[in-house]
Parts: sequence; structure tokens; C-alpha cells
Amino acid sequence: MVLLRVFDERALVYHRQGRIGTYAIAWNHEAIQAGATFALDEQDWIFPSYRESPIGLVRGMAPATILQWWRGHPSGWWNPLDWNVASICVPVGTHVPHAAGLAWGKKLKGEPGVAMAFFGDGATSEGAFHEGANLAAVMEAPLVLVCNNNSWAISTPISAQTRAETLADKAKGYGMPGVRVDGLDVLAVYEAAREAVERARAGGGPTFIEAVHYRAAPHGTADDPGAYIDQERVETERRQECVGRFETELRDRGLLDDELVGRLRSEAEEAMRAGIAEAEAEPPADPRAVFQHAYAEPPPDIAAMLEPEAHSD
Amino acid sequence: MTELTLVEAVNDALHTELARDGSVLVMGEDVGRAGGVFRATAGLRDRFGADRCVDVPLAEAGMLGAAVGLCLAGLRPVCEMQYDAFSYPCLDQLITHVGRYRWRTRGTVDFPVTIRMPYGGGVRAPELHDDSPEAYYVHTPGIKVAVPSTPGDAKGLLAAAIRDPDPVVVFEPKLVYRTARGEVPEGEHVVPLGKARIARAGDEATLLAYGAMVAVCEQAAERTGVSCEVVDIRSLRPLDEETILASVAKTGRVAIVHEAPRTAGFGAELAALVAEKALLHLQAPVLRVTGYDVPYPYWQLEDLYVPSVERVSAAVRKLVDF
Repeated sequence: MVLLRVFDERALVYHRQGRIGTYAIAWNHEAIQAGATFALDEQDWIFPSYRESPIGLVRGMAPATILQWWRGHPSGWWNPLDWNVASICVPVGTHVPHAAGLAWGKKLKGEPGVAMAFFGDGATSEGAFHEGANLAAVMEAPLVLVCNNNSWAISTPISAQTRAETLADKAKGYGMPGVRVDGLDVLAVYEAAREAVERARAGGGPTFIEAVHYRAAPHGTADDPGAYIDQERVETERRQECVGRFETELRDRGLLDDELVGRLRSEAEEAMRAGIAEAEAEPPADPRAVFQHAYAEPPPDIAAMLEPEAHSD
Repeated sequence: MTELTLVEAVNDALHTELARDGSVLVMGEDVGRAGGVFRATAGLRDRFGADRCVDVPLAEAGMLGAAVGLCLAGLRPVCEMQYDAFSYPCLDQLITHVGRYRWRTRGTVDFPVTIRMPYGGGVRAPELHDDSPEAYYVHTPGIKVAVPSTPGDAKGLLAAAIRDPDPVVVFEPKLVYRTARGEVPEGEHVVPLGKARIARAGDEATLLAYGAMVAVCEQAAERTGVSCEVVDIRSLRPLDEETILASVAKTGRVAIVHEAPRTAGFGAELAALVAEKALLHLQAPVLRVTGYDVPYPYWQLEDLYVPSVERVSAAVRKLVDF
């Protein structure tokens, strides 16, 4: 949680310093991201949206890799098979069918492995969400759908997104369990995810988890929520942010002290300092990368573009 | 060799490739229990099981999106789109993910998805059973596109598509599914992508076509008595520029024939190719005989839309009379 929090805080600073590009802010989503993925094993797959861009950190991915993604440098595009973390999905909800397909494929091959897809409340209005959820249910695929319901899709409130009483209600239509949890309570998210993962592993098919909270930061660095959001509510939400809440809980139980809190924070800050330094020290992107990788064997016209003299039309 | 219809050759290719490679699976609407609305997948479910010939819920984008995930799991999905125009929902996944995912992983992961669909008009069908959507697919980076016109190529190009590490879309000309008959090699048969076929040799005019329009061009060549070279493009991406340009260099006259609407159709790309690389060989302006820039018509009027032997013949005469 701390690493995810520090990544987000530092990424925002790096953006303001002009060191990374546009960034989708993940602040106060750490309870959902850490809680849900903590229920997974390494063999399980994570399908992130842009809101979960730093999710690879929980698998040991280098901060530099994710920072390079936001810097638009090719080295930020990882091999999903190295981490069992799919590429960051930018168009809303369109990765839900990918997660369903991966989960179904694992089942077809008789291999262990669960897929977990993250998406927001707005994504539940997308056709891709519906098609992916339905297919996973029909195929009894080992899939966990984690809906980060932060009440806003940029400026569209949840009340303008659906007339369903809760998003978890949608699960019934797919014939899968739907669970609603406090999205700022990391243990509640973990517990819901653990149950869902167990069910998936046991052949019980997919589960829909709705993790509810209120977006307490802008959608991204290009967003000004002052135009639409309830600022008083945001202030209230910020006072009960999820990392501090869990920290208090652990301190109350005597499981955390100043020393450990300080160490976790400074380790994370050091990882970020090293990460941005590593990213910035990397050589500029090779221009050939424009024409590489679109095809395993590029058609002759594209292959020709890899020759320097071909670059004029 | 066996004589098969075009749709039987498709079925033969699927049987052969599923038997050859255990990671290949067929998915689509009505492909399993029914064996496909055109019977292209007949017998697969009985022979290979319901897990390798899968009836999926009716959702083309969801199906193609699931195919992306199946590839990540190490499988080779072959998706049937029931009809040309029913494939449009899948363009979302095709454009945003299928054509981009290899690039997104910097070439580290293969996405060997095959999409096959019956396409084209002339079959007296309800609306949206007649389209020729190839340009949308060819225009999408990361995607390869093949269009067979003969049973042998239907089998060989589909086999090449299934074995290809990249996503390939195969358009099957439904008009000639059962009327195109020809010799098809038994067992494994692969026709490499990126190679055009000279369907008929000639030296006065070049007719560039694919799918059901190849036979129309051959008949026009016969009717006009002009020595036409009919080039069956077969592979729209990658494109066999060499064969096309060699033919244009020989004849100096070109007509391009396709069923799809004219504006920004694949014919425009072929015309641009000829203009860029064979201009000085031309003895007449490049002509296009295509569908029109209107919705595919009510079927009582569809013969006015699909390029006919008469329209192609008129173009050939115009070329030689220029």
C-alpha cells in the first residue's frame, strides 16, 4: 500500500516537474489495488486499467518501467508473460474480455491460474464489460472482476451512470455472486477477493466485487474537478484516506510503530528516486521502434521503413 | 487431390489444422452444435469436442476480446464472424487491441488470432448480409487480410492464417461458397500470405480483383475478347506489389474491381500503388469498377450494385479504346 501511495505521490510531482507525461492519479485507491492483488498467487493474472498503472509493483516490477510508460518511452511496455500482468488498458473496460479469455484459456488447458480484472464504475456501462462478464460466467472461467467504484467517471457521477441500486446488483444478471465492500478498507477488500479467488480456483466461476469509495483526487493530471465535484466531500474523504486508516488500525493493534512506518515510507521513496533516475538515464528511444513489433514478420513496406534512406515519402 | 466446393475446402482446412495443432480452437456463433450457418465448421464439435469448437454467447467484440486472452494463455483461436456486417462490433477489439497487442508487448507475445467470415453480396439476403468490409480491416495496423477465390486457396490461405503468428482476417466469398468447385490438395495445404495469383494471363489489360470478383473478371475477359491478365490479389495485407506491378508493366492498362463502396476502398490503395510505382507504364487512366457509396441495396436491386460482367467488360473496352 505504501509503495503504491508513494508511487502515486511522486508520479504527480514528476508530472509537475515535466519529467513524466499525463498521469492518471491513483491516490486513495491503494486499499483496492493492494487488498485485491494480495489474494492472488504469482501464477494468477492481473489485468489493469490505467488507474492501476503501478499494479506491477506488487509483483516486483521496477518503478522505472512504469514511469517509462508514462514518459512514452518504449521500455515502459513490458512483456505480460514475465509478470502475469497484462498491458495497461487505456480504452475503458475493453480488457474485461481479455481477462475472461485468459481465465477461460487456463481452464481449457487444465492449468491453474485465476484472472483478476480492474476497472471503474464507468466501465460497467461499456458493452465490453457486459460481454466479458457474460462470457466468463457462461464458461465458468476463473475470473475476479474488481470494480473500483470511486463514484466518478471523470465528471460523470455514478447517479448518471446507472439506475441500478448498486453495481454489485449487476452480477445477478450474469449469474455470478456480487459483493459490495468498503473500498477504503484494505482488509475488507482482501477478504472479498480471497473468497472470490478461492471460488474461482474451485471451479465456481467468476465473482463481481464492487469496492465503493469516493474519488478524493482528480481523475488525472489534466483534470480540474473543481468544475463538478463536491469539494467538501473531497476534504472529508481525504481525512479518512485508506493508507492512514490502515496504519491507525495496525498501530492500535500494536502491529506497527514509528520505526516501521518510517522505514516503509523511506524505502518506497528511495525506490522512486532510483526509479526516476533509472528512467531518465535510459538512452532516448530508438527511432526504429516506430516500425518494429507491429508484425512478427513485417510486410515488405514496413520492413523497408527500417532502412534509414526510406524515411522520406 | 479432391474436388471440393469453396466452403467444403474451408471445412477441410479447419479439420486439418485442428488435427495438426492441439492449441487451435474454433469459436463463434452456431459453429458447434449447428456446424455453422454455412456448414463451414461441420463435424468439428463431434470430432474434436465442445472445448475446441465452441458456441459462444452472441457478442462479437466479447468473442474477439476473449481471443486476446486465449492467446495470452497460449492458444490459437479461430473466430468465425457469422456474416460480414455482423463483424462490425468486433472492430472495437480489433482496432484497440488485436492489431496493437504485439506492438504493446514490444514483440514479446504472439497474438495468432484468425478471424474468418463470409462476405459479399449477390445472395438475395436480408439487409447487412452482403457487405464487403475488407478496407476497415486492411486499414488497421497489425492485421493481415486474405481473400480466397478458389477452393484450393480457401484451404491454403486459411491454413496459413491459422499458422501465422499475427492476427489474420480471412474473407470468404459467400456468393461462390457452393458454386466455386476445384481441386484441393488432401491433408496439409498452405498457400503463403503475400502472394498474388495470375488467374488468367494476358497482355492488353490488367484486371485486379479478389474473392467473387475474380470470376467476374475472367468472364469479362472472355466476353470482350481483349487479352486480359486477371490478377487474383488473394492477400490484401501483405500485398504482392511485385506481381501487380509486373502485370501493369506488361499491359499498361489497369481496372480494379471490388464489391465494396468506391471511396477509400481497397481499389484506391491499388490505384495509388500503380500511380506511385508504374505511372510511366500506363497507356490509359486507371479505372475502378466497384460498389457505390451508398448502403448495400434492397436485394431486388442488388445486381445494379455488385460489379457485373457487363460493367467490367465496359471498363475493359474503355481501357483499350482510350
